Amino acid sequence: MAKFGKKSNTSQDIPTAALPDIIFMLLFFFMVTTVLRETDILVKQKLPKAAQLSKLERKSLVSYIYIGEPKQSNLFGKEPKIQVNDVFVEVDEIVQFVNQEKDKLNEAERDQITMSLKVDVESKMGIVSDVQQELRDANARKILYSSVQSIDI
Amino acid sequence: MARKNRPTAEIPNGSMADIAFLLLIFFLVTTTIANDKGIAMLLPPKPDPNQPPPEVTENARNIFKILANSQDKLLVEDEPLTDVFELREMVKSFILNFGSPGEEGVEIYNSLPASMKSYISLNGRKVDSSDDPKTAIVSFKADRGTSYELYVQVLDQVNAAYNDVYGERIGLSASEFLQLDRDDPIQDKKYLAARQGIPRAISIAEPNKIVN
Repeated sequence: MAKFGKKSNTSQDIPTAALPDIIFMLLFFFMVTTVLRETDILVKQKLPKAAQLSKLERKSLVSYIYIGEPKQSNLFGKEPKIQVNDVFVEVDEIVQFVNQEKDKLNEAERDQITMSLKVDVESKMGIVSDVQQELRDANARKILYSSVQSIDI
Repeated sequence: MARKNRPTAEIPNGSMADIAFLLLIFFLVTTTIANDKGIAMLLPPKPDPNQPPPEVTENARNIFKILANSQDKLLVEDEPLTDVFELREMVKSFILNFGSPGEEGVEIYNSLPASMKSYISLNGRKVDSSDDPKTAIVSFKADRGTSYELYVQVLDQVNAAYNDVYGERIGLSASEFLQLDRDDPIQDKKYLAARQGIPRAISIAEPNKIVN
């Protein structure tokens, strides 16, 4: 009986004094990795799925073009529109946009500019190929059809 | 004695972890880990207005034609195709046909591993398909009314076929080939060995100006 009555002297508490520090470390990690969205996307963005994706090498060389049906379709209609930065543009304004983006880069890197096309799956090829023709005119020939990774069969 | 009853000047820090947790959860929810991935393409240079458009000099057998119309129906090598996922195998056997390889074609053939050689003797050597991988071109023409989804799927399948070929040359799968890091000299060597002699010849034709 004495065996059971024996009291252990070890304390059973887990020290929680360092808990805030651990949480703060996690917090800082997420704070640093978070990229707050710079632009408000005004078009629907459901990206297509594809398996053979390549990663973007250098983010500083990338500019984005969004294409899709406007979210506020009562204001802008249901036809897919092109958005760069924060505004809708027409097809013929793309050359100007590309030149603006190129001006932000070093002279040596200007030819390496990559255009990431974020196109909604509902869009038709007509508008996409119009944009591509403009990009050819603007000599921004590296493009990336932004897509979501699907499982490779 | 008033001095003894003075309250302690400590801030309670028991709830510090809770506050930090709240902030942590906020950032967890708002974080979108950048997922900039996609199918990379290089557009052809701007056509020179003073030059007439180049004439197609390639033999028809060296061009693998994929057409997509505005109803999202595919026409592959003049035959309708319903399942887009069959394209991968079709394109692969088209690239690895070696119908009548030129000098460089023979060189490429000799550099292939045994598994690919047996694949070629089983499926390849057709008279009406490509001469060798160097001359093979995959041509894809979409209509203005084709959906972007189908366009990306077709491009994905064609790219998958090429990556299959590249990967198999150096004993990797298509996805392992894609993950090769070109900044690492050893992996870059592998990459170049896989690409050597076989260009990723995907031609995107300009769509018709008029919607059908």
